[in-house]
Amino acid sequence: MPSYREYLQQVKSEIDEVDVTQARELLAGDERPLVVDVRELDEWTEGRIPGAIHIPRGNLESRIEQAAPDHAQPIFLYCAAGNRSAFAAKSLEELGYENVVSLAGGYTDWKRSGFPTELPRTLDGEKRQRYSRHILIPEVGEEGQLKLLDSRVLLLGAGGLGSPSALYLAAAGVGRLGIVDDDRVDASNLQRQVLHSTSRLGEWKAESAKRTLEELNPDIEVVPYIERLTSENVERILADGWDVIVDGADNFPTRYLINDAAVWHDIPLVHGSIYRFEGQATVFKPGDGPCYRCLFPQPPPPELAPSCAEGGVLGVLPGIVGSLQASEALKLCLDIGEPLVGRLLLFDALATEFSEVRLRRDPNCPVCGDNPTITAYVDYVEFCSGRPTPA
Amino acid sequence: MSRIRIPPQLRGEVGGAREVPAEGATVRELLDDLMSRFPGLRPQLVDVNGYGHDEIAPFVNVYVEGEDVRTLDGLDTSVDHGSTVILLPAMAGGL
Repeated sequence: MPSYREYLQQVKSEIDEVDVTQARELLAGDERPLVVDVRELDEWTEGRIPGAIHIPRGNLESRIEQAAPDHAQPIFLYCAAGNRSAFAAKSLEELGYENVVSLAGGYTDWKRSGFPTELPRTLDGEKRQRYSRHILIPEVGEEGQLKLLDSRVLLLGAGGLGSPSALYLAAAGVGRLGIVDDDRVDASNLQRQVLHSTSRLGEWKAESAKRTLEELNPDIEVVPYIERLTSENVERILADGWDVIVDGADNFPTRYLINDAAVWHDIPLVHGSIYRFEGQATVFKPGDGPCYRCLFPQPPPPELAPSCAEGGVLGVLPGIVGSLQASEALKLCLDIGEPLVGRLLLFDALATEFSEVRLRRDPNCPVCGDNPTITAYVDYVEFCSGRPTPA
Repeated sequence: MSRIRIPPQLRGEVGGAREVPAEGATVRELLDDLMSRFPGLRPQLVDVNGYGHDEIAPFVNVYVEGEDVRTLDGLDTSVDHGSTVILLPAMAGGL
């Protein structure tokens, strides 16, 4: 049986090592390898080689394929002194990686040579605990959680769809949530609008939402807009800067307005709608699929739109559709997975059935088409909420 | 025969049914069969264009096997026996 020393020597003889001077050239070259720091978290938080990603030695085999799906991808490994990274290089070669080097002398030599280092952004202990179930997912991790904390999502409506979306986005640590709603909490809302409660009857929904969400997660900021989205205020609200918009509006004028604004501002729009036992969700991502007007070029005439009084909705239905919207919004913030772009998901709660239809960008679309004919906001007449506004 | 899925907004016109069978080899024939039995559906599904011909109303989409017929041959899109056809009017509810 070899001693540790002998084993280390044997492994080092079987892998490729570079010293810090060679490493510096390698990292400055045209074909920059993927730089992986295999040290433990407490070492990583004290400083790293710029641009490195962190995969502790103990998780290397399970996580490397996520970071480097291509086995031909050049990989540069380092630890503190060059021993752990030597074993790591050996493991990666056994996994089939063809182009792996280990930094002899490690981060210690790198720093001693006066080469550049940086302090990584990390979550503090409290946040690491709060978001631990996100951090455990390779697709999210600490980097992803930091991204979420930097993300800004605007929600239209703090009602049926907005309630579950906002709750899950807040719990997930999306750093800034804007909530546009000009309504007050009414007893008939509480059958489904889980952001609010009996003690909040009569309060502004946007204010009630802010209290609920900030109590759920004090890390985030909630910006209430107690106003109805109109052509007059849409530019001001969007100027506050949003990465994703979640549309949980209850009327056609707002839906067309926010669609047009999202196209012009190049912001992905997560669409959801509900009626009785059935719901729909999709993502309109400008430049990458259709917009709402490709799907429905114009709203139905008032006499054909179903009246709200005869509408009704199963209380849990917006819980399902709004949660799907939150899931899509999180994927967009993290830039992971396959968002619902170009697909409309239909859900029927009575049949417990999901189906999907394909949506395509319409080159003749009046807003996102090749020769747009609508280039300014259109105020459609309100015909469903019982509060008509002039056209 | 094909099955036409009726959206909840239009079920009042067909006696509450979620799905209605209809005969026809094209979308036009299917919808004509459907609308002849349930005339109240006509204004909800088709418009008459400037040439006096029917066309699918701009606030409703028709899907055959998951594809929007506007991206195929519109009302003349052929429909295989046993296909599922989905009618989808715009729906605004969120509250």
